[in-house]
Amino acid sequence: MEIYFDNAATTQVTPRVSDAVVQAMTGIYGNPSSLHHKGYEAELAVKKARTEIASLLKVPEKEIFFTSGGTESDNLALIGAAFARRRAGSHLITTSVEHPAVLRTMSWLENNGFQVTYLPVDAYGQVRLEDLQAALTPETILVSVMYVNNEIGAREPVEELSRIAKAYNPAILFHSDAVQAFGKYRIRPAREGIDLMSVSAHKLHGPKGAGFLYVRDKVRLEPLLHGGGQQRDLRPGTENVPGMVGLSEAACASYEEREEKNRRLYELKKRFTEGLLSLEGTHIHGHTGEASAPHIVSAGFEGVRSETLLHALEERGIYVSSGSACSSNHPSVSGVLKAIGSEERWLDSTLRFSFSDLNTKEETDICLAALKELLPTLRRYRRS
Amino acid sequence: MYQSFLIKYAEIATKGKNRYLFEDALVRQIRRALKPVEGTFRVCKEQGRIYAHAEGTYDYEEAVEALRRVFGIVAICPVVILEDEGFEKLSQDVIAYLDAAYADKHMTFKVMARRARKNYPKDSCTINADLGEAVLNAFPDIRVDVHRPDIYLNVEIREKIYVYSQSIPGAGGMPVGTAGKAMLLLSGGIDSPVAGYMIAKRGAKIDAVYFHAPPYTSERAKQKVVDLAKLVARYSGPIELHVVNFTDIQMYIYDTCPHDQLTILMRRYMMRIAEQIALENDCLGLITGESIGQVASQTMQSLMATNEVCTLPVYRPLIAFDKQDIVEISEKIGTYETSILPYEDCCTIFVAKHPVTKPNLKVIARSEEKLGGRIDEMVKTALETREKIWAD
Repeated sequence: MEIYFDNAATTQVTPRVSDAVVQAMTGIYGNPSSLHHKGYEAELAVKKARTEIASLLKVPEKEIFFTSGGTESDNLALIGAAFARRRAGSHLITTSVEHPAVLRTMSWLENNGFQVTYLPVDAYGQVRLEDLQAALTPETILVSVMYVNNEIGAREPVEELSRIAKAYNPAILFHSDAVQAFGKYRIRPAREGIDLMSVSAHKLHGPKGAGFLYVRDKVRLEPLLHGGGQQRDLRPGTENVPGMVGLSEAACASYEEREEKNRRLYELKKRFTEGLLSLEGTHIHGHTGEASAPHIVSAGFEGVRSETLLHALEERGIYVSSGSACSSNHPSVSGVLKAIGSEERWLDSTLRFSFSDLNTKEETDICLAALKELLPTLRRYRRS
Repeated sequence: MYQSFLIKYAEIATKGKNRYLFEDALVRQIRRALKPVEGTFRVCKEQGRIYAHAEGTYDYEEAVEALRRVFGIVAICPVVILEDEGFEKLSQDVIAYLDAAYADKHMTFKVMARRARKNYPKDSCTINADLGEAVLNAFPDIRVDVHRPDIYLNVEIREKIYVYSQSIPGAGGMPVGTAGKAMLLLSGGIDSPVAGYMIAKRGAKIDAVYFHAPPYTSERAKQKVVDLAKLVARYSGPIELHVVNFTDIQMYIYDTCPHDQLTILMRRYMMRIAEQIALENDCLGLITGESIGQVASQTMQSLMATNEVCTLPVYRPLIAFDKQDIVEISEKIGTYETSILPYEDCCTIFVAKHPVTKPNLKVIARSEEKLGGRIDEMVKTALETREKIWAD
């Protein structure tokens, strides 16, 4: 038995997507830049992928730039915008609960002549509008706020935040890391005031190493890479044709019956959180219902080390995450939990359960039963 | 330029009638070390010497690196082998050799000729003088110093002529396979791989035992130990790693005995299990990375308490080493980076805030009595369910 509840870390590639990737990898092997037919064929595949993604977001296809994934998209958006606009100012605003791909890029920018304000969040992990209002300065050139937090599933008021920034100064660019949100929410960047948006394929049952950055028309970015002129020189390099095809296939699949899938995810989440709270010594971080993302539950287990509980669940074929998988390699505790003012006792005792539309109610019930059985034993054996 | 290495060894030459056993073991270890190196090598004993000959192209740096990990080698001399085509040709070849081997000729040298083939027309003194003169004439910057030269230019006249002047220090010690075999208690830490390395250096083969405690220790912690065993195996040869599941024993002790004795009791059972596996695998001793006073379980009293449960000798090569000295060896042999990966090992998970540092043997024995026959069953199960992994 295998129960995979770590979908915010990555997802299983569905057969539909892997078929498309293999087909592109073996059949469409030309270089899109080649003048002959094999090249043309590959160019068409890239164009089709781009058109499909653009139509999901209802934006022109020229606004989609393929990248190697979320981290590159975030780097390109932040560094690219900061350097392209540095004559206008050197102040950037983000939040204290961003993914390391944003936080570490921001700290790199701080070392390279920019000032960064990190907005606090409330107890549910959401940025307060007035905090952004207060942080804006005439020097501010960019605001970056994630769409959905990867550790606790908090949904940020992106549209309102963008409106505040643009009311202060219409030239301020607004970036959103939508890696956990794309495919779940009906995102309309143009309407929501998003100028730049990062998306990754592998969170949507797509391949790793593929993603895109949405760049609103007329927004100029300084490229990170320099090369053969592909993707209008903003992101050169021979196109990763199978990755792009896999990304668009996964993106289209995630939009099919999206509302129905979300409804089921919320049901699953409700059942699971209720079950968790009925266990002794548990706590849910952030909002529990539809105020947060449909697929992420972050829960604290009093008196249990998260790593031990994680491995104990693993022995029963249940795969979950402690904090965010991207930061689990570091022994430090979660910055997000600290940012929401979480009590000390939860910092080292929190697990993240993240679902996909492939998960079932039966699986959550098995997981709850396993927790019910494991927690008393794990609480008994601890450092004295 | 070099196609051959002259392998120098010291200690094993003193072993009398057993000498061939030691040399054969060294040849085997050299062959094993060179196996993964790019190129084809022939390793042989010739006229009381060991040579490694490369056939065709090979990676010189990689070969030297590999040879430097072979215990029993005192020095590795890259050697040029010449046909005997008269003294005039020899002079030219030696000059060409020096020219290629040393870019800067501001140095002193001394010719060390050795005439093993007695029908060679010149004797060694004459060769020294005549070759020295030829070299001096060829390079204006070079000087002779017969007392403390920068380089010794060795010229050995045998069936062929061997020219060498460089001597790369080897690992020393004794070839693996010339002592017995010992069982290393391998944790994920810094010390135990170093301890294994040191005992292997004296010619012992190594097997290892690792205690893991899922779900308290992770798959990655286990993989880290496998990786460490592989790193030690680069010196010691293949290691059979026995992975013993220790969780139940640990929890049972936790439930039954005072928590401040937990570590010492655990270690006693680890020693018992390790000894059992050692005996089943023809090992002549156990190896641990213990060092006096490093932690609570390594005070002299604690060592006495853990030592007491074994009859096999326990080799503790680091017993008098400071931590920093151990770290330095660990860096030198390449295990440090892996050792410091932050995974919890089973010795630390339940450790008490104030463990006993001077365990009383009678008190410990009383605690063990409380464990009764059930612990023996658990030990038996742990032994039976152990996993064996080849680290090579």
